[in-house]
Amino acid sequence: MRPTNTPSIDSMKILNCPINGPRPLQEFHFGGELRPNPLDRKDGADADWADYVFNRDGEPGVKREWWYHIPSGTWFIAERDNVTDQFQRTYLYGAEQTDG
Amino acid sequence: MDRRLPPREGEWIDRSQPVEFRFEGQSLAGFAGDVLSSALWAHDVRLQGRSFKYHRPRGLYSLAGHDANVIVEDGRRTNMRGDLLPITDGLDVYSVNTSGGLQRDRWRIMERFDRFLPVGFYYKAFHTPRWLFPHYENQMRQVAGLGRVHPGNAAVETPKDYAFCDLLVVGAGPAGLAGAIAAAEQGLKVLLVDEQPHPGGSLNWQWSGNPAAQEQFGGMLEQVHSHDNIELRCGTQAAGAYNDYWIALVDDRRLTKLRAKAMLVATGCFEQPAVFQNNDLPGVMLASAAQRLLQLYAVKPFDRAVVVAANSDGYRAALDLHGAGVEIAAIADLRHDGEPTGLAQNAADAGIEILAGCAIAEAVPSGGKARIQAAAVCPLEKDGSLRTGSLRRIECDGIAMSVGWSPNVGLVYQAGGRFRYAEHVEQLVPSTLPDGLFVAGRANGLFELHDQIADGRRAGLSAAAHLGRFDGNLPDSPQHQASPPSHPYPIFSNNGKKNFVDLDEDLHLADFKNAHQEGYDNIELVKRFTTVGMGPSQGKLSNANAIRILARLNGASINETGTTTSRPFYQPVRISHLAGRRFHPQRRTPLDGWHRQHGAEMMHAGAWMRPEFYSTSGSTRDACILAEAKNVREHVGLIDVGTLGKILVCGPDAARFLEHIYTGRFEKQKVGRLRYGVACDETGVIIEDGVIARLAEDRFYVSATSSGAAVFYREMQRWALIFGMKVTLINATGHLAAMNLAGPKSREVLAGLTDADLSPDAFPYVGVKEATVAGARAIVMRVGFVGELGYEIHVPASQGWHVWTSLMEAGRPHNIRPFGVEAQRLLRLEKGHLIVGQDTDALTHPFEADVAWAIGKDKPFFIGSRSLDIVKQQSLDRKLVGLSFPAHRSGPLPQECCLIIHEGEIVGRITSIAPASTLGHPIAMAFLRPDLANVGAKVTIRTTDGRTADAEVAAMPFYDPDGARQK
Repeated sequence: MRPTNTPSIDSMKILNCPINGPRPLQEFHFGGELRPNPLDRKDGADADWADYVFNRDGEPGVKREWWYHIPSGTWFIAERDNVTDQFQRTYLYGAEQTDG
Repeated sequence: MDRRLPPREGEWIDRSQPVEFRFEGQSLAGFAGDVLSSALWAHDVRLQGRSFKYHRPRGLYSLAGHDANVIVEDGRRTNMRGDLLPITDGLDVYSVNTSGGLQRDRWRIMERFDRFLPVGFYYKAFHTPRWLFPHYENQMRQVAGLGRVHPGNAAVETPKDYAFCDLLVVGAGPAGLAGAIAAAEQGLKVLLVDEQPHPGGSLNWQWSGNPAAQEQFGGMLEQVHSHDNIELRCGTQAAGAYNDYWIALVDDRRLTKLRAKAMLVATGCFEQPAVFQNNDLPGVMLASAAQRLLQLYAVKPFDRAVVVAANSDGYRAALDLHGAGVEIAAIADLRHDGEPTGLAQNAADAGIEILAGCAIAEAVPSGGKARIQAAAVCPLEKDGSLRTGSLRRIECDGIAMSVGWSPNVGLVYQAGGRFRYAEHVEQLVPSTLPDGLFVAGRANGLFELHDQIADGRRAGLSAAAHLGRFDGNLPDSPQHQASPPSHPYPIFSNNGKKNFVDLDEDLHLADFKNAHQEGYDNIELVKRFTTVGMGPSQGKLSNANAIRILARLNGASINETGTTTSRPFYQPVRISHLAGRRFHPQRRTPLDGWHRQHGAEMMHAGAWMRPEFYSTSGSTRDACILAEAKNVREHVGLIDVGTLGKILVCGPDAARFLEHIYTGRFEKQKVGRLRYGVACDETGVIIEDGVIARLAEDRFYVSATSSGAAVFYREMQRWALIFGMKVTLINATGHLAAMNLAGPKSREVLAGLTDADLSPDAFPYVGVKEATVAGARAIVMRVGFVGELGYEIHVPASQGWHVWTSLMEAGRPHNIRPFGVEAQRLLRLEKGHLIVGQDTDALTHPFEADVAWAIGKDKPFFIGSRSLDIVKQQSLDRKLVGLSFPAHRSGPLPQECCLIIHEGEIVGRITSIAPASTLGHPIAMAFLRPDLANVGAKVTIRTTDGRTADAEVAAMPFYDPDGARQK
């Protein structure tokens, strides 16, 4: 739960909050990649747990990421291509299927 | 000598407004609308600047801000370009980079040493011996640098502006005007910007003698001015393109942060110089500069000129100059076949001698080198080299160069566009463009006016289609049909050493050959070794030729050689524009004003302002802090803890949720009781601690650390989603005021103000009650952070002042005093209570911080539990312990983060220290290797001045170990 990387203030991207619509990136906090629920992982081997805790997937491609709209306190998921740095779509956690 | 011509159609100067200005101390006159360089040239002042390295004489070159030959300062502003600076009455400027004035510059002598100053000289020469470098550095700083900063000048506050549009069109030349009109006609809100003071771009200076072109120009301007959807801003540079079409627009007054939905770049090209001996001297200039001088400022560039040409534009320039009374001694055409269009006949009809297949080998300087007296014209071999045996000297005072163009597309690169080299125009053209980015006109490789207008229209419609405002057929981009407007290699060597590739950095052709010999065969490496393109003009006139040279040295194509990326800003931006007026949000508690009225020294605590201590006249800071702490121990004190995070956790799953968040147990916690909680991250590292009050079965009130509350609340929200629990989180941090009334007399102080039964049985230690205090609805908690009987009182923010002053009033008979953050830190240290982030770091887990007791037994899960299961099996590397220092001691005390040394090894560090305590001696908290951490063990700490201090490991809490006083 430590704070993760925050985009620098001079990054001028627009991100589409599922609740508030398109807003400048300064209003958001990056929450890291969407990862499995730790409740589902806690019974594995120590090495698997260490891998879960310490390793992140940096492979180029479309990533599912947590983002937080700070003024409204909204967590949501954004799909971002980490090669082109383009957001492809955003939706609330758990709403991926209904979003289409 | 006056070089000003009679009034010309379309000139930018206003002859009804004469302007007096000073240059290098000399009084001169010009007209409103003149820039410094045009006004100087009108007086035949050709020496306008000195070069950076050799202090060579320099004059105007591009007259468009594409070179940095003429840089001046006026004592307040520096780094002003002569060809961009409008003259105004009273302007008083001096050239930068001279010693003793422009004319007599003592550093002229540098040129004599050129053979000792090869490329890379500074890297190599001043490398060793290292101890001499400070001396070298001082000497170099005397010589290097452009302009002086005057620290005493008053600060300038500039405004910032925000703007929004559908389409930003950069460049109001033919393509930009046509694109803006086409897009606006489809309903797009268009912002059209141009760096020049007037719209029109090349229509102003290249097509001024063409009535059909001028009629089209007038028609487009009329449409731009009358269309409601178009806003035109001249004198505005698009300084940089950032993510998602966030564009920095800079004008004389301010920075505008523009958010566009799409961008059309119609910025044209930088005309490129030819490389030959003395191609930098005053009188050698780009043909476009001569045309600008002539058409915009009505100044006769030369009396007798040689034009070196490799395209139709050169012939047009020659004919323009001829028409204005300049004698054109010859056109040296780099092409063996000469000019294929009718312009060749027009030139011949004007009596101009055309020398096809010829270049200029050298500009011949007059005495003092501030002018030229001739051009040495030389036939070219088939391979493009000079046939130096056949030099022909042609007397002239000017050389106009028209050998090629390089697209002005830094914005396109910054927005993610890529380029390829196209042989049919011998320049870079866009190969891939991201969505929403369009390039038109000369920047897109189009040189005929009708093509540029058609391309602008195509791009404007494409932008409208991209934004869903146009669904008709999009016209194709026109293709350049004629011969290439740029020469593939306009670089010539007569074995002289003054054929400059980069005028900013005084780099000549041999420097590139030397760099290549040193092994620098990649453009990015060549750039860094030679510094090409790194001067004030950022390679606008040098990068293209540098790439051509390197490609030839490598025997590779331009595409294989690559390009360099042009980063913001397009032109220098004044620091004051960037600084603007900064916004630093600051949080203040409802009691902030009271503290300030009562002598509080305020300190920053994250975004909050908090009282560090309350200053008493005649007392030192340390004495004030100690007195406040003692008053809490002996009587009663009151501290503002409104900065604490205050989070309500409600819902049927609230207790279960807290058991997931914190290490401890909450399901069986009684209503009306507090528990201390520690929260970890998934690696088992402590990230938060605080007090959890159960107000009802399904309602908890959680306090979090002042600095960590915002992050903790955010992460709690996320975990609530992940766990899928029925829980509602409310961040009440700013809604409530909070204060801690602490000390043996606190019960007596509070008793008269509350309806709550304060008897120890009814309201014991770690109890919580919802009650009224001084008439305000309050949550009151029996906490023990400072180790005395105490009540933490949380009330609505609007009631905070009233409750605080009521407590202070009620406490007066009991010697109540407010205390600040420092006294609280001391008191909690005496109690051995850690502060997360102060006494813990990014690796501290509960076992080493000695709070493992806060981990619930046999809990199936909490965040970090799996990691702590693993950590628990490992031996401890360090342990948080108390240290006690003797009361009577000498020598320095360690500070926080000082290291504990044992047998030459680092075995720990101080995390908190109090130089004085209510116990009468200094105490500290420290991490220490466990085998050295037995109570009574001696430790040695290295202090910041390199000496040592001795201390003894002490049991914590230092004060009231049984906690009797807080019960």
